[in-house]
Formats: sequence, C-alpha cells, structure tokens
Amino acid sequence: MYEIIAFYLFSALTIGLFLVTVMSKNVLYAMTSLAAGMVLISGFFFVLGADFLGVVQLIVYVGAVMALYSFAMMFFDATRDIKEKNTNSALVFLLGGLSALVLVLMFAAPIHSDAIHALYPMHVGVGNAQDVGIVLFTKYLVPFEVAAVMLLVAMIAGIILAGKKMDKSLTKDTSIDDEILVLKDEK
Amino acid sequence: MIGLSHYLIVSAIIFSIGLVGVLRRRNLLMLFFATEVMLNAVNIAFAAISHYYNDLTGQMFAFFIIAIAASEVAVGLGILIVLFKRYGSLDLDELSSMRG
Amino acid sequence: MENLVYIALFAPFVSSLFAALFGMTERKVWIGIVASILLGISWISSVTLAYHIYITGEPIHVTMMDWINAGDIHIPFGFVVDQVSVTMMSVVTTVSTVVHIYAIGYMDHDKSFNRFFSYLSAFVFSMMILVMSDNFAGLFIGWEGVGVCSWLLIGFWYHKEDLPREQNPSISPSWAANEAFIVNRIADLGMLVGIFVIYWNTGTLQYDEVFAQLPNLSPHILTIAAIALFIGAMGKSAQFPLHTWLTDAMEGPTPVSALIHAATMVTAGVFLVIRANPLFAMTPDVSFFIASLGTFVAFYAASMALVERDLKRIIAYSTLSQLGYMFAAAGLGAYWIALFHLAAHAFFKALLFLGAGNVMHAMHDELDVFKMGELRKKMKGTWIYMTLASLALGGLPPLAGYWSKDAIIETAFNEHTYFLWFILVVTAGMTAFYSFRQIFLTFHGEDRHTALGFHPHEMYKFVLVAMSPLAVLAVITGWFMKDYEEFITELLPAYEMSEHTHHLTAYLGLIVLAFAISGIVLAYFKYARTGKNAFKQDANVEQGFIFKLLKNQYYVPAIYERFITEPYKVISGILWTSVDVKIVDATVDGIAKFLYTSGDKTRSMQTGNLSNYLNWMAVGGVILLVVAVISAMIA
Repeated sequence: MYEIIAFYLFSALTIGLFLVTVMSKNVLYAMTSLAAGMVLISGFFFVLGADFLGVVQLIVYVGAVMALYSFAMMFFDATRDIKEKNTNSALVFLLGGLSALVLVLMFAAPIHSDAIHALYPMHVGVGNAQDVGIVLFTKYLVPFEVAAVMLLVAMIAGIILAGKKMDKSLTKDTSIDDEILVLKDEK
Repeated sequence: MIGLSHYLIVSAIIFSIGLVGVLRRRNLLMLFFATEVMLNAVNIAFAAISHYYNDLTGQMFAFFIIAIAASEVAVGLGILIVLFKRYGSLDLDELSSMRG
Repeated sequence: MENLVYIALFAPFVSSLFAALFGMTERKVWIGIVASILLGISWISSVTLAYHIYITGEPIHVTMMDWINAGDIHIPFGFVVDQVSVTMMSVVTTVSTVVHIYAIGYMDHDKSFNRFFSYLSAFVFSMMILVMSDNFAGLFIGWEGVGVCSWLLIGFWYHKEDLPREQNPSISPSWAANEAFIVNRIADLGMLVGIFVIYWNTGTLQYDEVFAQLPNLSPHILTIAAIALFIGAMGKSAQFPLHTWLTDAMEGPTPVSALIHAATMVTAGVFLVIRANPLFAMTPDVSFFIASLGTFVAFYAASMALVERDLKRIIAYSTLSQLGYMFAAAGLGAYWIALFHLAAHAFFKALLFLGAGNVMHAMHDELDVFKMGELRKKMKGTWIYMTLASLALGGLPPLAGYWSKDAIIETAFNEHTYFLWFILVVTAGMTAFYSFRQIFLTFHGEDRHTALGFHPHEMYKFVLVAMSPLAVLAVITGWFMKDYEEFITELLPAYEMSEHTHHLTAYLGLIVLAFAISGIVLAYFKYARTGKNAFKQDANVEQGFIFKLLKNQYYVPAIYERFITEPYKVISGILWTSVDVKIVDATVDGIAKFLYTSGDKTRSMQTGNLSNYLNWMAVGGVILLVVAVISAMIA
C-alpha cells in the first residue's frame, strides 16, 4: 500500500520537477528542481530495495554533481533569464511525444519471455550493500577499476580545463575593475 | 500492485522529458541538465529491472552510469567554462562556427 | 642421401638469392663464380644421387613439409628421386653448371651481370622443383617457375626497341618474352584443367596414388586428362601450333637459349609425358596423336631451318625438330628412348648453342651466317665444338645423336607406322643438311666477314675449357645406351623391338645414315667450296614460292597476327569504348557522382548549430525505435 502511494507520489513529483527543469527560463529554478528530482529518484531506489544505489545517488548526484553545477553557475551569469529562440517547438514536442509514446507502448506490452534468469541473484538475508560489494569486487572488478581511472582522468581534465586563467573574472567586465581601481586611487 | 511496467513507463516518460529538453534548449548548461534527466531515467529502469528479476546486474550498470555521469559533468563543465571564456556565451545559436 | 636431395634442390636457390642481393649493383665477377660453384655443388649432389640409384635401384622419397591441407586436399612438398627424375636432375645440373661458367665469359660486358645470374639460378631451382616433385601440384609450381624465369631471361635486354617484322622476325626481346609467356599461359590453362580432372576423379595429386587409380577410371576421363596434360606439354615444348614463341625466344642472351630454350625447359613437356606414362599408355589414340604431331613438327621445323639465315634461329628450329622426335618416341610408347634422346640432345644442343654464342660474341652480335664464312681459322676451338655438336645432331656414329635418334626412327618402323618412319628418316637427312649448312656457312667457304669490317676473336680459354664436358658427353653418351636402358627400365616400361625389326636394324640404320651423309655432302658442295664454286645468294630461288613460304615460317606468325592478334585488338577496342567506358566506368562514376551530389545536397544540414544536429539525431533515434517496434510486432 505504502509502496503504491510512494510510487505515484514520487512519479508525479519527479515528472513535475523535471518538467520545470526542462522548461524553466531561470537557471537557478532549473537547477533546484533538478536537484529535488534527483532526491526523489533516490526515493525510487529505496522503494526498489536498492539501498546502496540510493545512497550513491544522493551522494554523487545531489551532493557532488549538483555542487559542481552550482559552482560552475557562479562563473556564468545565473541571475538573468536565459533568452532562447525556440523556433521549432512543434517538432520538438512531436519528437518527444512520439518517443514517449513508443517507449511507453513498448514497456506497457507484457513481457513474454520466461527464459530470463538472474545472472547474479540477490541473496536472502544479506544486506543490499554487502551483496553489491561482493558482486562489484568480484565480477565487475575490472570495470570498477577502469571507472575509477576514468573518474581520475575526468577530474584532472576538469581542473585543467576550468583552471586556466582563474584570476580573471568571466562575468564582470574587466574594465569595471579598472574603474574601481581608479576610484580607489582617487581616494 | 506496482509492477515492472509502471516503473518502466515512468522511466520512459522522464526520458522523453529529457529528450524534449535536449531538443528544445539552446543553452549548453540547460542541455547538461536535460542529459542528467535522461541518465536518471535510465537508472530508474535499471534499478526496477534489477528489483523485479532479483538480479544485481541492473544495479551494477546503474553504478557505472552514475560514474560516467560524474565524469561527464566534470569534463563537460570544464569545457563549458573554456567556451564561456572564449565566446562569452553558452547559446548554441551563437556557437555555430562549424557551419559547413 | 636425403640431405643430398635438399642440397641438389636448394643450392641453385641459394645462388639465386645471393646474386639477387647484388642485383642492382655493377658487375662483380665473383658473383658468377659463387653461382657456378653452388651449381657445381648441386651437380655433384645430383650425380651422387644418380650413382646411388644406379647401385641400389631404390628411389628416394622425401617429404619436406605439408603444403596445402584444406578439407580433403593434402598436398605435401614432397620430392621423389627415381630413375626418371635423377636423369633429368643430372642433365639439368650438368648443362646449367657449364652454362653458368660460360656466362661469366659471355656476359662480361653486360652491366646487368649480377641480375643475369640471379635469374639463371632461379631458373635452375624452378626446373629442379619441376623434375623432382612427387605430385602434379609441385610440378605445376616448377612449371610456372620456369615460365617466369624464361620470361625474365628472354626479356633480359628489355630496353631494346621494337623493330618491324621484316627487320627482326621476333620484333624485340620484351615482345618475344611476352609472346612466350602468353602462349605458355594458353597451354598452362590446359595443363591446369588436366590436373583438376585428375584430382576430381582420383582425389589426389601424388603421382603414385594417381597412377594406381587410373585403371578404375573410364576411358573418357582418361582421354580428357591426357589431352589436357598434353596441351600443357605442347606449350612448354613448343609443339605446333604453339611453337612460334621458341624461335622468337632467341632474343634472350645465348646462355639462356642454350640452357632454357634448348636443353632443359623446353623438354619439360616431354618430361611430363614420360612422367605420366601410365596415363598416356592407357590412351592409345592420344598417344598416336602425340607421335603424329611430333613427327609433323620434326619435319615442319627442319624445313624452316633449311632457309633461315639467323644462326640462333637455325639452332632453335633444330631444337623444335628434335623435340618433335622426342614426342614421336614418347607417343609410340618408347618412353625411355624419348628420355635418352632428351638427355643426349641436351648435351649436344647446349654445346651447339654455346658455340653459336661464341660466334655471336666474336661477331659483335651479328647472327647472319651469310656475313660470316671462313671463321674456323680464327675460332678453332669453337669450330671443333660446333662441328662435333652438328655431327651429333646430324646423327653420325659414334656420337650421341646417332644412337638416340636411330632408336626413335627404329621405333617408328617397329610400330608399323611406316609413314611416320619415312618422314623421320627424311627429316634426319634435312637435319644433317641444315646443321652442316650453318657450319659451312659460318666456318668454311669464302671469307665474307672481313669485308664487312668484322674482326672476330676466339672466346676466353676458360670458357672453351668449361664447354669441354658437354663436348665429351655429346660424343660418349650414346655408348652407354644399353646400360641406361637397364637402369631406366626399372621404372619406365621396357620397349622391345620385334624380331622382324631386329633383323632389319642394320639396314634401317644404314638408310638413316645414307640420308644424313647425303645431307652433309649436299651442304658441303653448296656452301663450303671456295673460289668460283663459292656459295652465292640466288635471287631466283629466293623469289620462289617455297623459299618464301619457309622463310616466313609458313606464314604462321602472320596468320596469328592477322586472325588472332588483330581481331583481338579490335574486340578489345570495342569492349573498351562500349563496355568498359560506358558500363563499367559509368557505374563507378555514377556511384561517385551520386555520393558527391548527395553530399552536396545534404551539406545544408551542416548548419554548425549543435541544436539542429540534436534534432536530426532525435529524428533518427525515433525512426529506429518505430522500426524496432514494428519489426517486433511483425515477429
């Protein structure tokens, strides 16, 4: 019962929040609703019994990724509304709607195959985190290490790309700084 | 009772919302947000399948997707910053120097 | 003994690779010496093997490695050294060793000296594979190998210009090389068909296994296989109508003519018939055709030699004629006699050619015998060698040619094919005539060369010494005919003369001898005298129909030119303009044009705006999704 309520609540909220993300003209609104949607998605994970995945979702997405976005936003001008030319919105909604329709149709269709067997079945009476850990460090050890290296590479890449010429402000016109300096000098 | 199909349909809807965002937005930052939405939609599907087939593989893939999303954000934001330094704008309509 | 087999086979290969290393550098005499030594090693091995087989009578069979193992095909790189192949090996290595040494002297002014030795040794290697292989596939490899080497060596002076047919009947070395290669391609197709027929019906290519299965095959299949194999033999051994390339092949350097186009390669066809004797023995009709064709070619070639003025071409015609004799013997079932004549012929014909090379070297590449005369005083050694070789070729006792050729003619009598016998006897007389015509015109008679500004000089001493083994062999080979018969008939079927023939042997020999001697005497009176009886060109004879017919090789090259080459050119031209340009090229151009235009038209998609690209991507993705759904529903 709770599961049903939780599912419909989370579904409605996430769809709504993500719609805001996609439609909003304001970056701050978009990002806030995205963060809220991420939290609710971790709710889905908890309902589905994937506790560890839910926690990772919270830490990585809501914690790290969102923090990254918000810091990145400070480089850009977030207060102004984004002006965009949405010329062919009919096509956009047609494509989006069509893909949604087709996907929903596909997923709503009954699954006929009975021949699906669990490759790494979950164990009864063992916590999800423990189960995940065993599989991750035995069967998926190499991909896991590769992912670790990839994250390291991404981190270095991010630092190097963003770190160049950090001393210069991107949003403010540098000429204003000069004016301030001039004003200071006049005092 | 909530079945696998419910989750998959929600996932499909969210994915389509992300797709609409990708197609509609011209601001690169907003495009990134839309991509995150799509990635999360897929994660829901993976977690749901993992739950209903009692198999951990789905969760494993969700983990790796999260890892990839994190790297993508790190590198992508770095590129965005460089772009912004260079052009002073993140609007795709103004970044069409590759016109053939 | 197995090691000797490999040494005999691979010493020429090593020699070839070694010389090839220096192929592009300037002349180095020691390369010729090294090549000759390696060939000598091969010769020693071959002769040792021959002795071993003579003593024990046991063939040596080695399998070096598996070559093709695919499905049911198992073809090993196997070599068999038995009485037949050891004969060929000894002959090939003997002649080629002499020719290698000879070439050191003959090619001393040529800037491609090193390259020449590389090709020559490669030829010997291919020839050894040809004769030693224990299966038809290996034989074919050697067969093609000698073809390639022959092409390389005929066209050795590839830089010479093309001349019209009236000035040079073989146009140019590169033209002659291509002609030889293309004519051989035609024949090799026949040979391949024969090999395929054999494989298809017996499931193997090993000689012994194939021959063991022959009695189980239908006569029809046997005939097809025999004909197809003989077509291959016809090409390599230059039998009518595929004979034109051999005389044109004289464009190559003379050592090449001696080794390839007289002693060894052209006899490969005879070797094939001898090797496949169980097959030909079962197809008497094909065999009789071979004998008839051989007899015809013997006469046909000899007739053309009567009027030829080019020294090397005369000898080439005599080679053709002698190959005809060999085929006549093989076709009549006297395989061992054919092989014996092959060996004897190799020795005296190589000697004759090398002598001709000396003359050519002395006369600065002038080959017209009418411009020579009275050379014997200046070139005594060469004169002796060439006279000896001509006596052997003419069939005078006790030289090699007498024994072997006489045996062939006797065979024709014994088989009651009296017409063939008659032609062969007449041809023997013609052979004696034209070979002494050339000797007398070159070495006797009036001195015609001094007036033309030639100052001939004798060849190097070491070259003459190197030729001496051939001279000795040209004399003595015939004396060992009885021993050889004993040796070879352990493998090849024996050939017994009937009682009737036996009684007449002496008379038959005398008839042949009479023809030969009268040919020589006729040549002497016509060409060798000096003073007021000296030979003069007779315009009346040269305008005659028969002279012209013979001089123009029965117009066969002209007929080929007119009815094969030119129509082929016309058809090629039509196919080029109508099919190639309008269909093949147009198709390719059309595809390119379509791609170009479609690229040009869709270039507008490349707006440079990422958003547009994303839209296109989404369109594609949705289409794929829809297709997936529809196909799933259909399934």
